[in-house]
Amino acid sequence: MAKKSKIRPRVDMPMQDPTVRCTNFREVALGYSREQAMLEASRCLQCKTPTCQSGCPVEVDCKGFIRAVARGDIETAYGIIKETNSLPAVCGRVCPQENQCEGHCKLAPTGKPIAIGRLERFVSDSYYAKNPCDAITGRDDCPMLREDLKVAAIGSGPSSLTVAGYLAARGIKVTVFEALHELGGVLTYGIPEFRLPKSIVHTEVEFLKKQGVEFLTNQVGGMTVTIDDLFAQGYKAVFIGVGAGLPKFLNIPGESLIGVYSANEFLTRVNLMKGYRFPEYDTPVPLGKHVAVFGGGNVAMDAARTALRLGAEKVSIVYRRTKNEMPARREELEHALEEGVCLECLAQPLAFEGDDAGNLTGIRLQRMELGEPDESGRCRPCCIEGETYVLPVDLAVLALGTGPNPVLLNATPELKQTKWGYIDGDDQTGETSIPMVFAGGDIVTGSATVVMAMGAGRRAAKVIARRLLGEE
Amino acid sequence: MPNTIVKKKGLIPGRVSEMIISAPEIATKARPGNFVVLRLSPQGERIPLTIADTDPQAGTITIVYMVLGKTTAMLEKLVQGDDILDVCGPLGKPTRLDKVGTVICVGGGTGIAAMHHIAKGHHRVGNRVVAIIGARSKDLLLFEKELASFCDEVLVATDDGSYGHKGFVTEVLAKRLAQDAHVGEVVGVGPVPMMRAVAETTRPFKVRTIVSLNPIMVDGIGMCGACRVTVGGKTRFACVDGPEFDAHSVDFDELMRRLGSFREQEQASYNTYCECHG
Repeated sequence: MAKKSKIRPRVDMPMQDPTVRCTNFREVALGYSREQAMLEASRCLQCKTPTCQSGCPVEVDCKGFIRAVARGDIETAYGIIKETNSLPAVCGRVCPQENQCEGHCKLAPTGKPIAIGRLERFVSDSYYAKNPCDAITGRDDCPMLREDLKVAAIGSGPSSLTVAGYLAARGIKVTVFEALHELGGVLTYGIPEFRLPKSIVHTEVEFLKKQGVEFLTNQVGGMTVTIDDLFAQGYKAVFIGVGAGLPKFLNIPGESLIGVYSANEFLTRVNLMKGYRFPEYDTPVPLGKHVAVFGGGNVAMDAARTALRLGAEKVSIVYRRTKNEMPARREELEHALEEGVCLECLAQPLAFEGDDAGNLTGIRLQRMELGEPDESGRCRPCCIEGETYVLPVDLAVLALGTGPNPVLLNATPELKQTKWGYIDGDDQTGETSIPMVFAGGDIVTGSATVVMAMGAGRRAAKVIARRLLGEE
Repeated sequence: MPNTIVKKKGLIPGRVSEMIISAPEIATKARPGNFVVLRLSPQGERIPLTIADTDPQAGTITIVYMVLGKTTAMLEKLVQGDDILDVCGPLGKPTRLDKVGTVICVGGGTGIAAMHHIAKGHHRVGNRVVAIIGARSKDLLLFEKELASFCDEVLVATDDGSYGHKGFVTEVLAKRLAQDAHVGEVVGVGPVPMMRAVAETTRPFKVRTIVSLNPIMVDGIGMCGACRVTVGGKTRFACVDGPEFDAHSVDFDELMRRLGSFREQEQASYNTYCECHG
């Protein structure tokens, strides 16, 4: 391996200035120019046995596409990425690359891995308008869709979109059933505009539509349409990608005070319903002067940064452990701090406090310290006896994770569940206790990442294609 | 097909209307107690409305709404033949319809329409159904005729005494419970103070009492937690755990407070709409 000193640093990606961006919802990271992308790609060692690809849940041929970028052949690079990844413009933005492709890069130990995510983003952004069929098949015409082998996907988040892309490319007709009025699942209601512009999601969905994928909105899996209905309508396989959207609460006193919101509600009002443009859009959004966000994951970062953009004077992330144990991506945490989000670490909420009218006025917190590592390997947070204090806030957002949504599961009692209430799917195929019914994404694993859900969709789609087309 | 308004009827001029909407899939699937979420424009909010009736053969559902804010005011502007942008459903858990003998269904205001579908369900499973409906005055009373077509009794209360008992539905309910020891269940649908009063009226009689709650909702499919209510000390989501709950365990004070969460914005939005659209 080359000596540390000889490796050029990663090419920085231009960003919106923190003092400006915290007042708008426009995208924070601005993306590479062609020159920057080629320069970054030229750092790639082109390893004989690349490890980056195996670090990617959807198996993008990173080495191949980076080689094409290095010589300025963006078109070829796009074709290579799109062969395995239905949502490259999304992945280039929201994947935890540092743990996946980039984490497995041979340069990772030097601290200067190839910026694979940024390159993926550059390539897909450059080829928005490209003919979708050409990208996958090298031909102008899409494969003829087999209506007789049609497949249903419930939910329109990353796992279902991946299933749709994979099968459509192989000529199988897919219909996606979405309960909300907009497509994209968590990409639309969960991830804010400043991290993933909705236009990117729309573009990826349009791409799938051009490939012949059918999308139906306002269709609630288990209510408007059941799994039995789908088989009765001639679908040969069903993929369940309904995510895990049921928000968790702390179950402490005062949680129903006005001013206490789940991150899902807060973000749905803003992202899906465009509440930040109220009254032009009809859905109001809670505005706080002093905001506390509970949790240390990416959703907590998104909620805190959103509150800041809505005009909060002070936004604090309250976390039981310290900054070092937060599960959020480092980049997201850094962006939040740059924008002025404060950290209230080693603090655990005990109770919400309110006024006589039922409005939130503060949160009583328990001061914590780190003890010995627990089973998760992280230091256990322990109470410092007697040390409690009140943080005055008028808005609290709980980003504590989510559980399985019960709607489809209640309607489908024969679907075997795990002891935590998620769908019990085969590790390798995603097939559930009902033959030809597959599941993937958060409804199987619990809250995870976009690309993990895509990986699950890809695994299931491979099996579905093999069974329906008789390929081995 | 796309959520077309098949028929619209003003029930209380300018305030309460009934709409029959073409929605074949929902009409087939909807059970008493279910609701739908509507959205009227690309900038619009999502609002929940209880399904007042269905006609699976015709492929239609019936909704009844009171003009209370911007979205219902916009709904009131639509006419027969117009399409509703989004109709999502059926949502919520259907009413538990056990054969218990006599069921008293109490309805107030537009809640009478929602109660109608539940009462119909109880009638279908063979219960004896007594409807007690109330309004401020006779001309504000809804669905009396429809209820009379299948209910064993329809009792009326008006605040001003213009029709039926002068006073509240709960007075009629209390009298009835005192006379009849065989009431197996009471259902209350209406404004929160009325549902709370129904709960307090039936409590001493120890009769199973169900209320259909109407908290603020956003998605209606169990994703946001906006509609959380405290029932028996536990946090429940009205959209997926309800909307019907045991009346004796509901924290009505909290429900009332939470319903006011966005009152200022809602009022401002409605006022702006009224100024611009008369």
